[in-house]
Amino acid sequence: MEPLLEVRNLTRRFGAITAVDDISFSLVPGEVLGFLGPNGAGKSTTMKMVTGFLPPTRGSVRVAGYDVRRSPTEVKRRIGYLPEGAAAYQDISPAGFLEFVAEIRGLRGADKRRRIQRAIELVHLEPVLHQPIETLSKGFKRRVGFAQAIVHDPPVLIMDEPTDGLDPNQKHEVRELIRTMAGEKVIILSTHILEEVEAVCNRAMVIAAGRIVADTTPGDLEARSALHNAVTVTLVGADPEQAQEMLGQISQVKRVERLDAPEGQLRLRLYPSQHKPFVNQVSVTAQQQGWEISELLVERGRLDEVFRDITLPLSKAS
Amino acid sequence: MHNTWVVFKRELGSYFSTPIAYVFLVIFLFLNGIFGFYIGHFLQRNQADLMSFFSLHPWLYLVLVPAVSMRLWAEERRIGSVELLLTLPMSIGEAVLGKFLAAWAFTGIALALTFPMWIMVNYLGNPDNGAIVTSYIGSFLVAGGFLAIGSCLSALTKNQVIAFVLSVVVCLLFLLSGYPVVLDFFKDWAPAAVVSGISSFSVLSHYSSITRGVVDLPDLIYFAALIAFWLFASAVTVDNKKAD
Repeated sequence: MEPLLEVRNLTRRFGAITAVDDISFSLVPGEVLGFLGPNGAGKSTTMKMVTGFLPPTRGSVRVAGYDVRRSPTEVKRRIGYLPEGAAAYQDISPAGFLEFVAEIRGLRGADKRRRIQRAIELVHLEPVLHQPIETLSKGFKRRVGFAQAIVHDPPVLIMDEPTDGLDPNQKHEVRELIRTMAGEKVIILSTHILEEVEAVCNRAMVIAAGRIVADTTPGDLEARSALHNAVTVTLVGADPEQAQEMLGQISQVKRVERLDAPEGQLRLRLYPSQHKPFVNQVSVTAQQQGWEISELLVERGRLDEVFRDITLPLSKAS
Repeated sequence: MHNTWVVFKRELGSYFSTPIAYVFLVIFLFLNGIFGFYIGHFLQRNQADLMSFFSLHPWLYLVLVPAVSMRLWAEERRIGSVELLLTLPMSIGEAVLGKFLAAWAFTGIALALTFPMWIMVNYLGNPDNGAIVTSYIGSFLVAGGFLAIGSCLSALTKNQVIAFVLSVVVCLLFLLSGYPVVLDFFKDWAPAAVVSGISSFSVLSHYSSITRGVVDLPDLIYFAALIAFWLFASAVTVDNKKAD
């Protein structure tokens, strides 16, 4: 499939600082890309260049074949953008603001009204439609930002920290929204909440110190975790020394770690030697020894751990 | 052009959705009255014209126009909405022009609301209505020139107060550039051609020739060039400063 969005050797310097350093990637419709990275890694700067707000020092961005520097308007037409903090005008109402954006987007008449209505329904803006934006809660302000980004049903949707500052219910709602919009679109979102990448993205890119340090699927990122396929088991009525030794003898187990557990129970974490599942052997061993298993959990891997491993050395270096 | 019109509508609407518009209109009309009657001695002059009223307009604009223009871009940059505005499919030029025209239309509305003065002089005597019409045009052009200057300086900073002060100073320089206060500064070292060039930048001399009742082409070209130059400078400034 033709890539809808193509970023090549994108570089941006601010004085002596290189904020984005030679980033390249391309996306086809259906891809939901999560930008991960510590603060100041260059996520926002990259997005600002893709949306045509910031000119790159070097490199190119193409959307549907249009170059962002040569035909900025054609590129901007195809992008919906939710800036960081979703800064919108303060003095007008969501209704007035959406009307303004829709008109600049070239929508007119009945089509314009229908699309505005649809955006309002998608993000549930009805209760505050005619209040000045400055009086709205953070959640509603963010929804106004969403509504303006999707009002023209863009093929490319770019969102800078879309769930930042929202409460858990609102976060859930926003993720649902992103999932319903995926499919035919190219979506890029930045976040430092790792569970978010798991929840909505099918591609994850880790950026640190302006460079891509990992470009893979969220699942693969998880698999890089030392915890991936580790088994955590809680036993009742087992002798700690004996249990640790017995379980350590399972061929795929590299190391056994004792975790905190309530009185009378024993909780052990078994780290895998080859990232392969071995939960079955654990339960067989327990049965043979007559231990009662009160909890058995196969760990999927912890993204935050992987994230730290990948980004920390680079952040320190810079 | 469509985009400029959409920006124009939103901006003009936003003046009236906040108290700014009403405060500005009341103060403008109030100061016009005060200046016209007391400082300009409208009644004592015993002449049915509006010279005393129009001759004070540039000074009124010197303070009031930067108050309108200071928020044009500074506010947009401060709250970050500039990022949204400039990632919409339109050029920076269209946005600059739309905002400027809205501000100009707004000052035009303020100026138009002084029409009772015009009715009054016609009631009291037989004024030269032609001169009054050209004076209104001249006054409107001065406001436009100052707004274009203010638009550029507003793009330079996120702070509205700084934008205001800078605009007042630059407008004052343009206002007085035909006068010794500015010319003396250049006389000693700059070549004569430069000094006479600077003196021809004076807003006041072009304005006063228009208020005498004749709209000459050079005066129109002067104001058109003044506005065009500062709007171009606005677009360049916005482009360079937007992401700071």
